[in-house]
Amino acid sequence: MSMMKIFDISGSAVSSQSQRLNVVASNLANVDTVAGPDGKAYKAREVTFQTVLMGTPDGVPGAGVKVSGITENQSPGRKVHDPNSPSADADGYVTYSNVNAVDEMVNMISASRSYQNNIEVMNTAKTLLMKTLQMGQG
Amino acid sequence: MNRMTNSLDFQAQALTLRAERQRIIAGNIANADTPGYVARDMDFAAALREATGTQAAGTTMAGATATAPGHIPIGTGSTSELGLKYAAPSQTSLDSNTVDMDRERASFVDNSVKYEATLRFINTDVRTMLDAMKSPSQG
Repeated sequence: MSMMKIFDISGSAVSSQSQRLNVVASNLANVDTVAGPDGKAYKAREVTFQTVLMGTPDGVPGAGVKVSGITENQSPGRKVHDPNSPSADADGYVTYSNVNAVDEMVNMISASRSYQNNIEVMNTAKTLLMKTLQMGQG
Repeated sequence: MNRMTNSLDFQAQALTLRAERQRIIAGNIANADTPGYVARDMDFAAALREATGTQAAGTTMAGATATAPGHIPIGTGSTSELGLKYAAPSQTSLDSNTVDMDRERASFVDNSVKYEATLRFINTDVRTMLDAMKSPSQG
């Protein structure tokens, strides 16, 4: 029943996209985080997708997707001159996280669109399967 | 003997291939954001011809003819790698992903409609057969 595999394929995509959305949320939440006591500010994270083959006993394997890893953006954080802040360094600069809010918003919209696409694929597959179950009855 | 189910068999093959194509397109949509993924699609006409080639013409196979009784038929089975092609990228992207979401969505809807059409053909075939089996008094 190759139609059933669609739920695995789209399901893997939905969970990957939701993980991406999760990472975007944590990046956006930390957009104004300053460096902690260890002197290291929050680094923006991003997910990497990878195709994972979902084997069927016959024919071509389906192409699901998985998160192969989460990498931290190593670019330096924003530095703001604010000598009065308790987290300022010796030169009076406060290091913020290196999250780019615009990038994250773009990422968020892209993730949510892909999420919706895959949900729609599953809905269609479900409708078709329900009609297949009624084959020969009407 | 199997004239009764010939049409049904054909539609069943078509339905299996439609389901298969639906799965492939779902895979493309799932991998819309995967770097380096190459979109695939099925040459439906060729796949259907291959899947039904042996039944439709009796002893003629897809591309070959059995001239001796010992010949093993080729081209049987509903699915194989042969029908799958790689999609040519319409707009190239930096991560070399070739999924064109517009095209995939269109193919997906097209395939769903045709799947439903095949289902309806099957249902009609079944109903025709059931009607033929009824006695005149049953109306």
